[in-house]
Amino acid sequence: MKILRAAIPMLLAAATFTSCGSATEKTVSTDGSTSMEKVIGYLSEAYMADNTDVKVTYNPTGSGSGIQAVQEGRCDIGLSSRSLKDEEKADLNETVVAIDGIAVIVNPANSVTDVTLDEIAQIYKGEITNWNELGGSDAPIVCIGREAASGTRDGFESVTGTEDSCKYAQELTSTGDVVQTVSSNPNAIGYASLASVSDSVIAVSVEGVAPTNDTILNGSYKVQRNFVLVTPKNKELSDEAQKFYDFCMSGSADEYIIKAGAVPVEK
Amino acid sequence: MKSSVIEVPAVTLKTGKVRKTTEIIEKSMSMTFTVCGFIAVGFVLLITIFLVVSGTPAIAEIGFIDFIFGTKWASTAKEASYGILPFIMSSIYGTLGAIVIGVPLGILCAVFLAKVAGKKSSALVSNAVNLMSGIPSVVYGLVGMIVIVPTVREVFDLPDGANLFSAMIVLAIMILPSVISVSETAIRAVPREYEEASLALGATKTETIFKVILPAAKSGILASVVLGIGRAIGEAMAVMMVSGNVANMPKLFGSVRFLTTAVASEMSYSSGLQRQALFSVALVLFVYILAINLVLNLVIKREKK
Repeated sequence: MKILRAAIPMLLAAATFTSCGSATEKTVSTDGSTSMEKVIGYLSEAYMADNTDVKVTYNPTGSGSGIQAVQEGRCDIGLSSRSLKDEEKADLNETVVAIDGIAVIVNPANSVTDVTLDEIAQIYKGEITNWNELGGSDAPIVCIGREAASGTRDGFESVTGTEDSCKYAQELTSTGDVVQTVSSNPNAIGYASLASVSDSVIAVSVEGVAPTNDTILNGSYKVQRNFVLVTPKNKELSDEAQKFYDFCMSGSADEYIIKAGAVPVEK
Repeated sequence: MKSSVIEVPAVTLKTGKVRKTTEIIEKSMSMTFTVCGFIAVGFVLLITIFLVVSGTPAIAEIGFIDFIFGTKWASTAKEASYGILPFIMSSIYGTLGAIVIGVPLGILCAVFLAKVAGKKSSALVSNAVNLMSGIPSVVYGLVGMIVIVPTVREVFDLPDGANLFSAMIVLAIMILPSVISVSETAIRAVPREYEEASLALGATKTETIFKVILPAAKSGILASVVLGIGRAIGEAMAVMMVSGNVANMPKLFGSVRFLTTAVASEMSYSSGLQRQALFSVALVLFVYILAINLVLNLVIKREKK
């Protein structure tokens, strides 16, 4: 039970007491990355279907807040779409539950099929503005991206090091819109979760590596990030949280992770 | 109507119990009508209060001048910036563009319906116009995204077709039904004698339409324009799909974000000051719509005089 969380400040303890008032329904609280919404959504739904007496909650606050919440004992499992920093590793454990591969997509008419991470960054910062600089035809590059709060955008910009400096031509609110727009504009470049890429666009290889489940798993495809479960080091998870954690890390979770558009790690 | 005779329920003299129950039913029904009537007022009040209460804190925190006249919107950046002038200007330009393209088209179509068309073609056109007003805005957006955006890109030889101009075209099409139906009513209301007098004096039909009928229907047509403005400035979905959604200061062939789409595209993930600022954007939009409605009421009042 949550009462087991000893050694945490009185205030926070008091806050958690209130949340475990009902004896019939046990809760597992998760908190963190908004980009993990789909993955955690599928996992918790599947888990709750089998364990009807347990409720898995999810609080979409962002990776940083999620990590902090675990440190302060405000949730059972933190969700982070970035790896932990060294100082965070002092009192927290991280376990990669899935990998998110972000495909860089262009129109099928585009002759450019391979770019480097550096080139991607220059394209999105507006330093490379014509496809002929990359060996393509003489046409302006149109950068398609996602809206500011998107997890995919956050992941893409952090991998390419272009946070807050991208010059977008369009900021669309869904992956489907990005794919549709890139497929209808021969000059466009965009990014989308690998799972959503259809035949109407081409996912270019990055530094010579094409995005596939294998290259994402072995890390050779660079535009990817880990979805991490964050747990405290100094105390044990509650029984329910441990069971949910075990479920997420078991092979039976793979199909839900794939459904959510991410790549499951080998277990 | 099938018959012009109004059937009056047989009046029977009611006494005692029967009379009392009738009275109770009458009273309670009249209460129900009143309550339903005031529900609408209640909702408007509720929305107004909600918007003012949730929209003002962010304006206070950011500063009115920085908020309204700031040209940089970067709500999720490390050094967040909340200037909504790009949204305001885009909304105004987009609406103006829609009016410039849509109103002449709408008025001429209304003239056609009221004065030129025969019975059959009039029925065909007015059915089409009615159907148009019933099409959901997401469908306009979809067609805009798949047809207008690529067409604009090719015709003007641009790198990308999702821009203010495409949004203007989609909005112009969307305001057509309201412009057409209100102007048509206004044109039909012009007394026939005006037209006959003009024709009798030797004016051609075209001269009559432009010099007699349209001036006489002026205020009704103006009302249709104001209605169109209201519709255009409040549209979110269709605009979001064709305008590119980048918070730039408006350029005709540049990607822009409107007041409506600013709220719609960021609300779902927002938190903290960003969320409050979005409520403030909604408040600004609400004030605009309020102002437009006031103008509309003035126009209609003047027409009645």
